[in-house]
Amino acid sequence: MLQVISLLLENKPGALMRVTGLLTQRGYNIESLTVARTLDPELSRMTIVVDVEAAQRQQVIKQMNKLINVLQAVDLTESPAVVRELVLVRIRTQQETRTAVLKEAEIFGGRVVDSSTDGFAIEMTGDPEKLGEFVDVMRSYGEIEVIRSGAIAIALEAKKLKLQPPVEPGAGSRGPGAREVTV
Amino acid sequence: MTTLMSGARMLLECLAREGVDCIFGYPGGVTLPLYDVLYEHHIRHVLVRHEENAAFAAEGYARATGKVGVCCATSGPGATNLTTGLVDAMMDSIPIVALTGQVSTKLIGSDAFQEADTFGITRPCTKHNYLVKRLEDLPSTIHEAFYVAATGRPGPVLVDIPKDVFQAQGHYQPVTAIHLPGYKVFTEGHTGQIRRAAQLIQESERPLVYAGGGIVAAGAAGELRQFVELTDTPAVNTLMGLGGLASRHPNFISMPGMHGSYAANMAMTNADLLIALGVRFDDRVTGRLAAFAPHAKVIHVDIDPAEIGKNRAPDVPIVGDVKRVLAKLNKLLAESGAGDERVAAARRAWWNKIRGWKAEHPLEVVKSDSEIKPQHLMGEIDRLSGGDAVVSSDVGQHQMWAAQLIRFNEPRLWLNSGGLGSMGFGLPAAIGAQMARPDKLVFAILGDGGFQMSIPELSTVVSCGLPVKIVVMNNGYLGMVRQWQTLFYNNRLSGVTLDAFPDAEKLAAAYGFKGKTVEKPWELAGALEEAVNEPGPYLLNVKVTPEECVYPMVPAGGAINEMVLGPPQPVAVPK
Ligand SMILES: Cc1ncc(C[n+]2csc(CCOP(=O)(O)OP(=O)(O)O)c2C)c(N)n1
Ligand SMILES: [Mg+2]
Repeated sequence: MLQVISLLLENKPGALMRVTGLLTQRGYNIESLTVARTLDPELSRMTIVVDVEAAQRQQVIKQMNKLINVLQAVDLTESPAVVRELVLVRIRTQQETRTAVLKEAEIFGGRVVDSSTDGFAIEMTGDPEKLGEFVDVMRSYGEIEVIRSGAIAIALEAKKLKLQPPVEPGAGSRGPGAREVTV
Repeated sequence: MTTLMSGARMLLECLAREGVDCIFGYPGGVTLPLYDVLYEHHIRHVLVRHEENAAFAAEGYARATGKVGVCCATSGPGATNLTTGLVDAMMDSIPIVALTGQVSTKLIGSDAFQEADTFGITRPCTKHNYLVKRLEDLPSTIHEAFYVAATGRPGPVLVDIPKDVFQAQGHYQPVTAIHLPGYKVFTEGHTGQIRRAAQLIQESERPLVYAGGGIVAAGAAGELRQFVELTDTPAVNTLMGLGGLASRHPNFISMPGMHGSYAANMAMTNADLLIALGVRFDDRVTGRLAAFAPHAKVIHVDIDPAEIGKNRAPDVPIVGDVKRVLAKLNKLLAESGAGDERVAAARRAWWNKIRGWKAEHPLEVVKSDSEIKPQHLMGEIDRLSGGDAVVSSDVGQHQMWAAQLIRFNEPRLWLNSGGLGSMGFGLPAAIGAQMARPDKLVFAILGDGGFQMSIPELSTVVSCGLPVKIVVMNNGYLGMVRQWQTLFYNNRLSGVTLDAFPDAEKLAAAYGFKGKTVEKPWELAGALEEAVNEPGPYLLNVKVTPEECVYPMVPAGGAINEMVLGPPQPVAVPK
């Protein structure tokens, strides 16, 4: 099934590679992935849609959370969230289908961003399923080219972000690994 | 106050602050500035003979002490040679820091001489890795690397440092705080869950402790012993956990899994409660997962949340440092007095069952009059060790026999490549261990295959004056692979014959130390004693029965109670 994951991660070199590498390494298929800076330029927000078995969903989140550059990984599949995607469609139209195409675009809330005698370029945003329907309808009118942005998602309830405080250097050598053992 | 110094010197300042006393490494073009400051530094550099062994030696150091091991290699081939050791440390959760040189920042991306994308290559081989492009980031990065390697679930961290960063001059200011806001370490364990665990333990009629490498990593051997004594629970230690509960402890059963003992595997299968401590339900332990411990509820304690529920859904999940969780659990159990009599009676019956299984098919030291049996060899090493020597093993049949038959009365004595199973681990890891514990008796038990992957390190052994006792269990085969071909491929032996083994005495002599070959059972004890009594290193080549197979064996995909206990009996063919 499709799982929607929202990641907040430090904008460090290699951070994106760590996320995508982890997904391929563990055998999860990426459906879509978007990433951009947040209001805080040191952080990025990533929305990933992966195809995993339901039983694996928690495991994916746990593995993501283990990445040191990831501040928070949240599963939005079932929690209240708005998921949106943008699609750009270029459609070739015959003289007689032009009005019908425009009508359909209007019904779906699409917007014509370019128009020529050959056809239109139409943009539409919506939830990914809706976009799928729109694309199907457009395809029934002729040859089309489609580009989808990948989903972005926002949770409707803020999840508490817990950040770790600074530590003294050398704290590791007093960590659990280094304790003396007396048996 | 700040001091002007080079990046290379800053690096050493940071390492010294982390308590590093020894680096296993191999130099090259881009690490020249580092080696130049090492020249006059108190941190000791051990020149290994291949970078892979630098990583294994750092692991041996870490495994034997719990401290972070450090290795170092040059850019390109030096760094790529480290990768096997990094993955090995990753699989077994061993804290090491690997330092690699990189081409100068302005050359990165230009396919410069000896450039490799070390940062990219080692991403999946490490717990975390860094490429330091600016001198001012170097000190905090080094301290972060040590912190990440040693805390939480330990693991390898790599820091890639370009040559110009080593060379650049800057004002060194000791780092006072490192900040990793996204690095979450869960240590305490949920109090409510710990209470639920205590209750399940008290109600259980057939409880079993299934303890692994996490006990060793957490330094929780004392708490584990207290726990099994408080509850009189039988315990198995996994391959990674041997020594976590002393082999001599009356509650210790042995190792479970593919080559585990009959008693351990039967106990796993029949338990009604598994107290899983610092383990990951590895396939080599569980066999066919669906048939694993079918009657048991599971309490799973691990510091890594992702291990909990990964392979087996627990009834009581506890994310935390197993040392602290056990301490809390012990406190609860100690306060809660004696359990009811019905449970007590069931527990006595459970112990009787386990004793019965142990007696039925014990792990035995097999001997013969004419040949040295591999089990005989391990029995003799066990006798000399008395549960107290460091034993660093390579990978193969010898590893399994050693794990079955040599006792370990403390953690950090048994060193082996458990998760990755990398041949070539045993000798360099023994070097690292002996460097860390110079006064300890250290055996390197190797197969004739693995030994030949490590021969170059004999010169490291000699040049560092390490008294490692190298024992080659020589069966003339890549024995473990041969065993599978014998059992599952109609004995069609393909690519497993190791002929042309060198003369051990001459080989050792060529390196300037003593060596010997033995093949008669009556020569064995004396030869091992001679090796142990030798003040320096010793190479003992022990020719053993070539065709012996390791039993019990759970065939791949089998349930662990479906063990093959011995060689197939010859079937009488009717005339
Ligand atoms: C680097 C590496 N290559 C291949 C293997 C596969 N393998 C596992 S055990 C084994 C045989 C080891 O032979 P030897 O060192 O003689 O030990 P024995 O099994 O005979 O005791 C091999 C080839 C491995 N584990 N590691
Ligand atoms: Mg062999």
